[in-house]
Amino acid sequence: MTAALALGDDALVLSHRLGEWAGHAPVLEEEVALANIALDLLGQARLLLSLVGDEDELAYLREERAFRNIQLVEQPNGDFAHTIARQLYFSVHQQGLYEQLAAGDGRFAGIAAKAVKEVAYHRDHAEQWTLRLGDGTDESHQRMQRAVDALWRFTGELFQPVEGVDVDWQALHSRWLETVTDVLGRATLTVPTGPQSGAWTAGAGRQGIHTESFGRMLAEMQHLHRSHPGASW
Amino acid sequence: MAAGTASQTAQATAGSAEGPEAALQAAFDAAVAADERIEPRDWMPDAYRASLVRQMAQHAHSEIIGMQPEANWITRAPSLRRKAILMAKVQDEAGHGLYLYSAAETLGTGREELLDKLHAGRQRYSSIFNYPTLTWADVGAIGWLVDGAAITNQVPLCRCSYGPYARAMVRICKEESFHQRQGYELLLALSNGTPAQHEMAQDAVNRWWWPSLMMFGPPDDASAHSAQSMAWKIKRHSNDELRQRFVDICVPQAEALGLSLPDPDIRWNEERGRHDFGAIDWTEFQEVLKGNGPCNEQRLDQRRRAHEEGAWVREAAAVYARKHTSGAGPAVPNGKATA
Amino acid sequence: MSSSTDWPLWEVFVRSRRGLSHTHAGSLHAPDAEMALRNARDLYTRRSEGVSLWVVPSDRITASSPDEKDSFFEPAGDKPYRHPTFYEIPDGVKHL
Repeated sequence: MTAALALGDDALVLSHRLGEWAGHAPVLEEEVALANIALDLLGQARLLLSLVGDEDELAYLREERAFRNIQLVEQPNGDFAHTIARQLYFSVHQQGLYEQLAAGDGRFAGIAAKAVKEVAYHRDHAEQWTLRLGDGTDESHQRMQRAVDALWRFTGELFQPVEGVDVDWQALHSRWLETVTDVLGRATLTVPTGPQSGAWTAGAGRQGIHTESFGRMLAEMQHLHRSHPGASW
Repeated sequence: MAAGTASQTAQATAGSAEGPEAALQAAFDAAVAADERIEPRDWMPDAYRASLVRQMAQHAHSEIIGMQPEANWITRAPSLRRKAILMAKVQDEAGHGLYLYSAAETLGTGREELLDKLHAGRQRYSSIFNYPTLTWADVGAIGWLVDGAAITNQVPLCRCSYGPYARAMVRICKEESFHQRQGYELLLALSNGTPAQHEMAQDAVNRWWWPSLMMFGPPDDASAHSAQSMAWKIKRHSNDELRQRFVDICVPQAEALGLSLPDPDIRWNEERGRHDFGAIDWTEFQEVLKGNGPCNEQRLDQRRRAHEEGAWVREAAAVYARKHTSGAGPAVPNGKATA
Repeated sequence: MSSSTDWPLWEVFVRSRRGLSHTHAGSLHAPDAEMALRNARDLYTRRSEGVSLWVVPSDRITASSPDEKDSFFEPAGDKPYRHPTFYEIPDGVKHL
């Protein structure tokens, strides 16, 4: 239950953030690419949430504190570099996670087997752009380094074990670090050295503790649905 | 006015090289008359080329500006199913813009140049996108009416005399068939929903009906480009003919929706075998066209901002490509499409 | 805008099913071949239209000229003996 919510909310929230790019992307080809990723994630979210209950009730009628997504995915889009850094951190993780889940025989094996192909593409997209922004112009290099640094402290949560998700979290973490180090290196970027999580002990996304912008994101997302209780759409 | 200038150019060109030019013109006319397609490297009159670039650019611009009013609701879509549909639809519009810019590029005008003209306000996009999407029902009304009108306009363009344009339109029409249906289905759900939802749907139809009729352009006797475009088979049916066709299609569809169209003069005319309908307020049309619509500034601003804010990204990728490709890539920044 | 942000044009060819040739689908802009392939995937196969993709820089295509079309293509027009329908076979002869 918690597990499906955690994975489902990650996908739902990141999909929503990517959807905010519609009409704002740096080039038309990227409108299409970002929407593809958003649609894949939304599809995953719907499958995962449906394991727990009604997808719309879960998406639209839960309060902020009931969401179980990690804080990384709720971070605002920022500039294109922030969006790419967020995607790189998340997709590298999601790929490792879903590969393990797909190889197992747990309740997520089926969903993971389908999703892992989608996620491999997301990771590739993020990697290609990390290389181009990191090793592009001085400006793009600086922006990308800033983004990579700024989001670093949200990455620790990726490896916090989720009850009911039966994978080797330690192995996930070391593989993630290896991949991210490799990509950032090729992109001429420096791997951040700071802590991978914040200093507040109250908890983080998996415990329902979110960042401020998340509340506003939900307010926007849920407003219409909540304004018409019981209506069908 | 523009058509007049164009035909003068054509005559001037023809006059300067009497013999071969006249033969080329004759070959071109014969191809068009025989319903053959004109392809990018064929000889074509300057005015035909200019008219095509203008129309394809305007069409492409409409697709990408048209993303905005609908994207306005992506983050507020009231169910996950609707959200997926809407994202896919707005994505299609970006794709359709890309197909059309590519078609325009076959005539040697790069996308960057066309975008610059759009951003500078020197090329137009469809005025319909200067109306705001005020409620969720507007997403449905756009799908049903605006896309419906667009499809009525576009299906004949699949047989347009210019090959790349016609081929782009075949692909677009195929993909767009879901756009209109999702809008209709969305409105149907609202119309059959709670009283508040029904009212939301009716209000959206009331606001979008007349602007949709204006999408077919001015009446035939006042349309600047129509006659020449029809002679060139860029266009296949007159504005008024297509508008009438659209009204005839919509009336029974509105009934099935349980919604009314905001025109007391709509009635079946037994004699004509078609629906009569009320007079269109062309003053509003002209005003919106001139830039006085509710969203003209906002739409162009957002487009410009996205382009400007994305410049560093496009530049980074271009610089990276130069660093990492050893002569394998094209040397010219803006090649000319050959197909 | 500065031309340094311009991306070159690529032609996209899609194999719709195994067993069929790649067919021209359209074009797109991309900074390099890797991105061209990915943009092509996103743009031209999002409805499962393809199983394989080619991208070619548009300016690397050499095309026959319409001016030469008579000398290129017309000479093939009067050689009907290249086609099987040119030959008369007695009724009843099969597998030929």
